[in-house]
Amino acid sequence: MIPFTNIPKHVEEALENWGGTTSRRSFLKRSGLFVVTVSAAAVTGGSAIEAVAAQAGRLYPDPDYKQLDSWIVIHEDNTATFYVGKTDCGQGTGTAFRQMMADELDIAYDKTTCIMGSTDVTVDQGGSGGSDAIQTDGWPMRRVAAEARRVLLELGSKRLGVPVDQLTVSNAVIAVKSDASKKVTYGELIGGKRFNVTLTGNNIDATTGAAKVKPVQDLKIVGLSPQRYDIPAKVDGSLTWAVDARVPGMVHARNVRPPVAGAKLVSIDESSVKNIPGLIKVVSKGNYVAVVCEREEQAIAASRQLKVNWEKPASSPFPASEDLFKYMRSATPTSSPRPAEVGSVDMAFAGAAKVIEAEYDVPFQGHTAFGPAHAMADPSNGQLTIYSNDMKSYGMRTGVAQFLGIPREQVRVVWMEGPQAYGRTAADDAGFEAAFLAKEVGRPVRVQWMRHEETAWDTKGPAFAFKLRGGLDAQGNLIAFDYDGRAADYNHLGYNEPDTVLIAQLQGKRRATPAPGGSDRPSEMYAIPNRRMSSSVVGLPMIWETQLRTGNLRDPNGPQVTFASESFIDELAAAAKADPLDFRMKLLTASTTDDNAFKRARSIAVLKAAAEAYGWEKRPAPKSLGTGNILTGRGVAYTYRSQTVVAEIAEVEVNRRTGHVWVKRLVCAHDCGLIINPEALRRTIEGGMLHSLSRTLHEEVKFDTEKVTSVDWNSHPSLTHADTPAKIDIVLVNGDPNPNRPDLPHYGAGETVCKPMLAAVANAIFDATGVRLRRVPFRNDRVLAALKGANVV
Amino acid sequence: MSNVTLKVNGKTHTLDIDPTTPLLYALRNDLELRGPRFGCGLGQCGACTVIINGVATRSCVTSVSSVRSEVTTLEGLAKNGKLHPVQQAWIDEQVPQCGFCQNGQIMTAKALLDKTPNPTDAQIRDGMARTLCRCMTYYRVQAAIKRAAKAIAGNLLGSSKEVTA
Repeated sequence: MIPFTNIPKHVEEALENWGGTTSRRSFLKRSGLFVVTVSAAAVTGGSAIEAVAAQAGRLYPDPDYKQLDSWIVIHEDNTATFYVGKTDCGQGTGTAFRQMMADELDIAYDKTTCIMGSTDVTVDQGGSGGSDAIQTDGWPMRRVAAEARRVLLELGSKRLGVPVDQLTVSNAVIAVKSDASKKVTYGELIGGKRFNVTLTGNNIDATTGAAKVKPVQDLKIVGLSPQRYDIPAKVDGSLTWAVDARVPGMVHARNVRPPVAGAKLVSIDESSVKNIPGLIKVVSKGNYVAVVCEREEQAIAASRQLKVNWEKPASSPFPASEDLFKYMRSATPTSSPRPAEVGSVDMAFAGAAKVIEAEYDVPFQGHTAFGPAHAMADPSNGQLTIYSNDMKSYGMRTGVAQFLGIPREQVRVVWMEGPQAYGRTAADDAGFEAAFLAKEVGRPVRVQWMRHEETAWDTKGPAFAFKLRGGLDAQGNLIAFDYDGRAADYNHLGYNEPDTVLIAQLQGKRRATPAPGGSDRPSEMYAIPNRRMSSSVVGLPMIWETQLRTGNLRDPNGPQVTFASESFIDELAAAAKADPLDFRMKLLTASTTDDNAFKRARSIAVLKAAAEAYGWEKRPAPKSLGTGNILTGRGVAYTYRSQTVVAEIAEVEVNRRTGHVWVKRLVCAHDCGLIINPEALRRTIEGGMLHSLSRTLHEEVKFDTEKVTSVDWNSHPSLTHADTPAKIDIVLVNGDPNPNRPDLPHYGAGETVCKPMLAAVANAIFDATGVRLRRVPFRNDRVLAALKGANVV
Repeated sequence: MSNVTLKVNGKTHTLDIDPTTPLLYALRNDLELRGPRFGCGLGQCGACTVIINGVATRSCVTSVSSVRSEVTTLEGLAKNGKLHPVQQAWIDEQVPQCGFCQNGQIMTAKALLDKTPNPTDAQIRDGMARTLCRCMTYYRVQAAIKRAAKAIAGNLLGSSKEVTA
């Protein structure tokens, strides 16, 4: 098997052999075309493509997505390397890309490699985000591979002297249909040479050649489950991660953060660290402070020992986290778009037989990556290379160039593997810090955030406060629905923005108009005749000095919003004394109109499939209260995200003495259209569900009036082995009304499963105990207090 | 700085470093090993786990001067190019998502199985409870531990190229 290759070989070599010299025989032209070097060892050595050496005056190019050569290289040994503008954050999308492209190209999966993420050798597809790898970026990948196949068939036709329609191709071998002995391989046709084929497309998503992609029925590799190619190196310890990247002369840096929000740097007593061996420099600009030392443990010691005088603000203006939701509900919104209204909501409420209302709260929840943010930047020879696991490497390159005021062509980002990236992580911030410090000291600098930095200073999903009202008619039908969701998301941070990354803020940069933030609305296909959905955004104090920095966290807004909406649907079902699943199914089937992605049909399909897989017996919630210590119950929740549809059922055990909730079993029915790699998809679904389960049971950013107090795993707990369900059942559904259609699309799967989990568990706890929890997370003390309050102890 | 001698994965090294240096940094920066890595520096997560005297040890809170016995890192699990059954089970089960925590998961599981070759579900959960993962691969890790236990006991033959559910 071809060994793991996500980063270009020349980078691997540079990092491995920096004691010696590596010869670079090829070069990259300004237009972005590659000159393919012939390498007999290409099969075992990975890519034969090497980028320009970083020498004074040389520039880093932007590979041109309109050139086929920027995407696919065929080697003389009849293998292929795919270059894509993505990053793999850990769901194994690289494997899926190889499957999709190998299928269109008609080459064996095992004869391919994939290079991604590094900005000077791959086209810019934006890196990762939005669960768009398979759903959006997979299409240009398939099309360019199809185009390469078309071009190769034309070349084969000329070589073999027969028209294209008399040729067959399989495993990178073109043969004459009537005489299999007349054949030629891709490698023989073009190995070591350029395609020189220009593609079209107004933007990279629309990239195409003349060829069309195959119908689903002709795909042979898509739908199989080859093992992920990146896993062996992650298991045997051989992988060079971004944290492992080192170059000659590299030194280590640690940040020193303001102790409270709004603290202003007054002075630094550098004599406090003069006894630290290996100290190179104390760096400060505005409120940004860092120490740079020769060795890593020296930098850590220096950062702890450095005496910094900060001036604290006169008052501590924040609400403490216990008072957050009261604060949010009484604050004046910074924005409130016009509510969406269908029917006559107020009239329907006036005529309703029963009206119920409820408020829900979800706190700030952070990325708190397992591996705190890090990056290494090398400023040698008049260029700047950043070694980073950032999921949006291309944006980091542009942002860093702007931030430092240096030409973009002098900067590149080498993308390497790192810990999870489930949205706008602190990897952005660390990359800018490494670049800044490297320029300051004129040496390669590795920056590593410590645990308290990652947990307290990372970007967080916004806190939400909700109010919902629902009206039922005498028959128990839902006739009126009023949703109001408020997000604490003002000054929402984008990715790699040179004026909003943490170092920029600490150095005093301020955007004139902060990003407004967002407050999404529920997404399900329920047909409710009278419905109003309102949303608003509020800000907390000191938006440029706060540690409560918001940015995209896995399925932005989704888990919060769906917690409220799907809990409330459940409350309505209970008020109507209806089975919760039936209640939802009635709302789905009340209309027969559907959208282009057939989401109504598919929603019905996943709800049915989940119920069947679980063995759901119809009855209203809650169960009659058990007598033992352990109360059991089940809860369902359903939603869609973009074009992917999901239904989840949770079965819980609630300990009425301790308030401890164990989610014993999970069932997920998942429809994402055409599936590329079923086994990898299952594991992505499991991980996503359990990530949300962690947010359901444990996660909350705590703060007092001046600082975040969640600083490590004790003060910010996360799901553990002990919480894990005993059984997770995943049903992969194809609910398309025409499931075998040749153009069945492939949709994303990284985030949808995160949305319904909070509600599914809340609904299960209600079923078990009769107690409705409306505030996440469901930690023991909160559950116990609720049980006590309802006399269920 | 002073001379510190460490035996790691079968090789002996003498390093001129501060004796209070956490073992993690000596392994990573002086010996250029990649298995153990930084997750918290507080002994809370397991990212830095190595095995010393059969005990899964958190190298971020272990000074080099306190190390008396041989250290085994992730790189040292395979013998003569053959993966340890735990590593093979991890591949067969396709455990990792991002993979960053898996040094801790694998090393802790290996030490657990060495002590308790046939662990119950409860023993697995308990033994692994302080080894964290943020991609939440726990379900698969537990399945892989059971698979490895079987393989070590000699009941499972090899692994297939394609994953079976």
